[in-house]
Amino acid sequence: MPAVSKGDGMRGLAVFISDIRNCKSKEAEIKRINKELANIRSKFKGDKALDGYSKKKYVCKLLFIFLLGHDIDFGHMEAVNLLSSNRYTEKQIGYLFISVLVNSNSELIRLINNAIKNDLASRNPTFMGLALHCIANVGSREMAEAFAGEIPKILVAGDTMDSVKQSAALCLLRLYRTSPDLVPMGDWTSRVVHLLNDQHLGVVTAATSLITTLAQKNPEEFKTSVSLAVSRLSRIVTSASTDLQDYTYYFVPAPWLSVKLLRLLQCYPPPEDPAVRGRLTECLETILNKAQEPPKSKKVQHSNAKNAVLFEAISLIIHHDSEPNLLVRACNQLGQFLQHRETNLRYLALESMCTLASSEFSHEAVKTHIETVINALKTERDVSVRQRAVDLLYAMCDRSNAQQIVAEMLSYLETADYSIREEIVLKVAILAEKYAVDYTWYVDTILNLIRIAGDYVSEEVWYRVIQIVINRDDVQGYAAKTVFEALQAPACHENLVKVGGYILGEFGNLIAGDPRSSPLIQFNLLHSKFHLCSVPTRALLLSTYIKFVNLFPEVKTTIQDVLRSDSQLKNADVELQQRAVEYLRLSTVASTDILATVLEEMPPFPERESSILAKLKKKKGPNTVTDLEDAKRERSADVNGGPEPAPASAASTPSPSADLLGLGATPPAPVGPPPSSGGLLVDVFSDSPSAVAPLAPGSEDNFARFVCKNNGVLFENQLLQIGLKSEFRQNLGRMFIFYGNKTSTQFLNFTPTLICSDDLQTNLSLQTKPVDPTVDGGAQVQQVVNIECVSDFTEAPVLNIQFRYGGTFQNVSVKLPITLNKFFQPTEMASQDFFQRWKQLSSPQQEVQNIFKAKHPMDTEITKAKIIGFGSALLEDVDPNPANFVGAGIIHTKTTQIGCLLRLEPNLQAQMYRLTLRTSKETVSQRLCELLSEQF
Amino acid sequence: MQFMLLFSRQGKLRLQKWYVPLSDKEKKKITRELVQTVLARKPKMCSFLEWRDLKIVYKRYASLYFCCAIEDQDNELITLEIIHRYVELLDKYFGSVCELDIIFNFEKAYFILDEFLLGGEVQETSKKNVLKAIEQADLLQEKTENMYHSKSFMGCKKAY
Repeated sequence: MPAVSKGDGMRGLAVFISDIRNCKSKEAEIKRINKELANIRSKFKGDKALDGYSKKKYVCKLLFIFLLGHDIDFGHMEAVNLLSSNRYTEKQIGYLFISVLVNSNSELIRLINNAIKNDLASRNPTFMGLALHCIANVGSREMAEAFAGEIPKILVAGDTMDSVKQSAALCLLRLYRTSPDLVPMGDWTSRVVHLLNDQHLGVVTAATSLITTLAQKNPEEFKTSVSLAVSRLSRIVTSASTDLQDYTYYFVPAPWLSVKLLRLLQCYPPPEDPAVRGRLTECLETILNKAQEPPKSKKVQHSNAKNAVLFEAISLIIHHDSEPNLLVRACNQLGQFLQHRETNLRYLALESMCTLASSEFSHEAVKTHIETVINALKTERDVSVRQRAVDLLYAMCDRSNAQQIVAEMLSYLETADYSIREEIVLKVAILAEKYAVDYTWYVDTILNLIRIAGDYVSEEVWYRVIQIVINRDDVQGYAAKTVFEALQAPACHENLVKVGGYILGEFGNLIAGDPRSSPLIQFNLLHSKFHLCSVPTRALLLSTYIKFVNLFPEVKTTIQDVLRSDSQLKNADVELQQRAVEYLRLSTVASTDILATVLEEMPPFPERESSILAKLKKKKGPNTVTDLEDAKRERSADVNGGPEPAPASAASTPSPSADLLGLGATPPAPVGPPPSSGGLLVDVFSDSPSAVAPLAPGSEDNFARFVCKNNGVLFENQLLQIGLKSEFRQNLGRMFIFYGNKTSTQFLNFTPTLICSDDLQTNLSLQTKPVDPTVDGGAQVQQVVNIECVSDFTEAPVLNIQFRYGGTFQNVSVKLPITLNKFFQPTEMASQDFFQRWKQLSSPQQEVQNIFKAKHPMDTEITKAKIIGFGSALLEDVDPNPANFVGAGIIHTKTTQIGCLLRLEPNLQAQMYRLTLRTSKETVSQRLCELLSEQF
Repeated sequence: MQFMLLFSRQGKLRLQKWYVPLSDKEKKKITRELVQTVLARKPKMCSFLEWRDLKIVYKRYASLYFCCAIEDQDNELITLEIIHRYVELLDKYFGSVCELDIIFNFEKAYFILDEFLLGGEVQETSKKNVLKAIEQADLLQEKTENMYHSKSFMGCKKAY
């Protein structure tokens, strides 16, 4: 290659660049640039027609100015003119300008597209290449509209040059990414797949990327690529290092292509054809074997390329998750890397092992490396590597090693980088809760967390410890004793004061027998912290004090004195003042009984998904956490029952803006104790964004619409549409959920989750597979839910969808219309039979009746259709009154079949209905009556 | 790959290539943030880091940092070698490339990159084939003038 005599010698450009480089200050640079811009502008506007060379030079200067970070608002037209120049170099600069500075000016786009069209048709491979590069660089929708039909033809035409094919393949890929709807599938697809067999490795390299992306969205259509990819891969990995000539990179044969082929194979399950499968296994084994061979070169490029292929092979092995032998070998290989002297390899090994930890075949093998990983946590100098070690410890944690891992994480926390502390706190809190055998250990762990990293303990964490202590009476005494001791420390974190204040207020009585923690001592201890705390904590402490008044009458006067002091009663903060006034009043006027009722111990919390887990998911992106969690939950179903989230409803998640005690707001409508304690219970814990969004508005209405039909749109907002299609037979059903992305932007981390309460879960079994976490703009993904009705049920599952759209986190919940009546089989019967059965089902529990006002016009035909849609048979000529409707059917569940009879009597004058349900089971009658009443 | 940035030790951007549509404002913000993050890292640290939803792969050659953003499932090590192969291509073309070559011939740096990577994917890995394409293009050009700059005041030669 000659020494640099490149560049076409745009002397003016070089002078300009030198000038800029010689500028001593930012101001001087801006001045020089403005001078140049003025010059160019005048040249472009001047009367004298510019020759191509000058145009090119000025356009190039503009480009340089733009790349320095300045805005450019002219010159586009001149650049477009260059596109139609016959001089290659002018054309090239024109295309570069367009690629870098494209703007959606529609007039220009048409001109640009015209120029591209000419070049594509020129049959000059160099010009075609430029045009294709430009399309691939810009990738706009307008270009897709203009060329998405043309490029596949160029790609598969027999006489297209190899280099043009390569550009065409990647150009098409870019268009498919931006506008998948505009790229038509067709005959060309099968010919593209056969490019995997092409002689030219460059063509195969480019085509593989295209095929991978297409196969992700259309797996069926590209299924034949699997065997072709396997045989190509096999030829590469078994080739001698010189066979592939220039495609060998530092003695590694075609590393880029190998990685791409392995990636393509990850779009599919393991090959079904035993021959193909065998060949693939051989390839993977060869790759693993090569890792053990001595390196062919000392250069880092050699080992990087070789290991790039190895890591991709391991990803494929993990993806298939079906060959225990390969999984264990992969794990051992990664184990070696954990101690490698290259930081990069240690980092990647930790990262890969995280995914291996969630496979049941390799979980145990991963666990054997615990000491090395802990060591990494202690000795790695790079925080991003330590971060990977924390992730891996979290992933490999189970009941057998939880105590060790939690202890290590806690000790690491003392010196951890500030940027990762909060995440470690969350992880410790989750592991401690999940694998606690002994809840005293859990309480100790959380208090330690607060001691070590109090500032990083978010509200979710301390809310959660209180929930758990309240729900488990075996740990309450211990918790009270421990927080009491922890509070003795002269300086303790405010979060500890919160936890301590709350727990002593509830359970201080359990340790009050000990003279060392008598009521007065408890109170004095808490109150000694009072003045150092923020307003919300002080408010919480005031609530603790009034609880003390109830628990310990002997400190009543002391507390009343405190409440009565000016600093409370006249506190500048309205919340504190109000609490002081009301509590003082309450303690004075209420009798012991009333006080005891008002300040009764908290009832247990309904189990729902841990708010900490939700927080971690939010931090890390839902996918990373859910996958591991789900996998682990299956393995350790026995452990602590796995907190099952309860369906979110308006009632369990009050608005986060509600104040702590609900004193300022109107008390909630349901009857209950006076505002103080009931309100506190709910409000304190609802402050955090709950894992599951409250049901979307209109969800109930939509739900009701699906009771008598199976298909339709369940939910729609500006971003997302959810459609349903379902079929049911006897006690089984299948539901197809379609998620449509209405925007032109990808949804990331798209995670739909089905949420059933414990109760519902035992009666209704739902099975589904996770969907692809990325939903392209305009695309629709489908999820199949297999449904089995085990026993009759009342609640409905909640479908929660979380995803990221642009920069924002979206969280939507809707009720999924799987209702008991879906498992109806209609039964025809004669009048006589009907009444005989009707009489048999006459005990009061078997009949449920509802009289209600018509919500819709009372139309006989619609009513009939609804009863049939509901699932029962509509029996004609049974009821003596022809205006009445009578139906019969059987509800199929796995355990039993329940016969159901129904009768609907309309009253046109009153615009009312009377609905009567008789079944052999009370809960069934009740539920069917509720469901059907909503329909008329 | 979502984008590639080349910047100097002083934080000056030398080349930017975006394979996903982003507004100019966003591009500037990302560049600022990444340049800062990468420059703050110490020499022995690993070449990968998590950043937003992406993985960043970077490597320093003499005074220049090469920095690529890839997606979650992409392969870090092969990306590192993408960077290296690009450096090799520049080196072969310019004959011992240095930062100044890229400043004064930025358009060439773009052309070479387009032959090697297209739409964020590797198009051609053979050094011969890439350079052949560029040379052919050069042959089509008019007579060359002498290069204006001399490289002697550079001091920093490439480091691989």
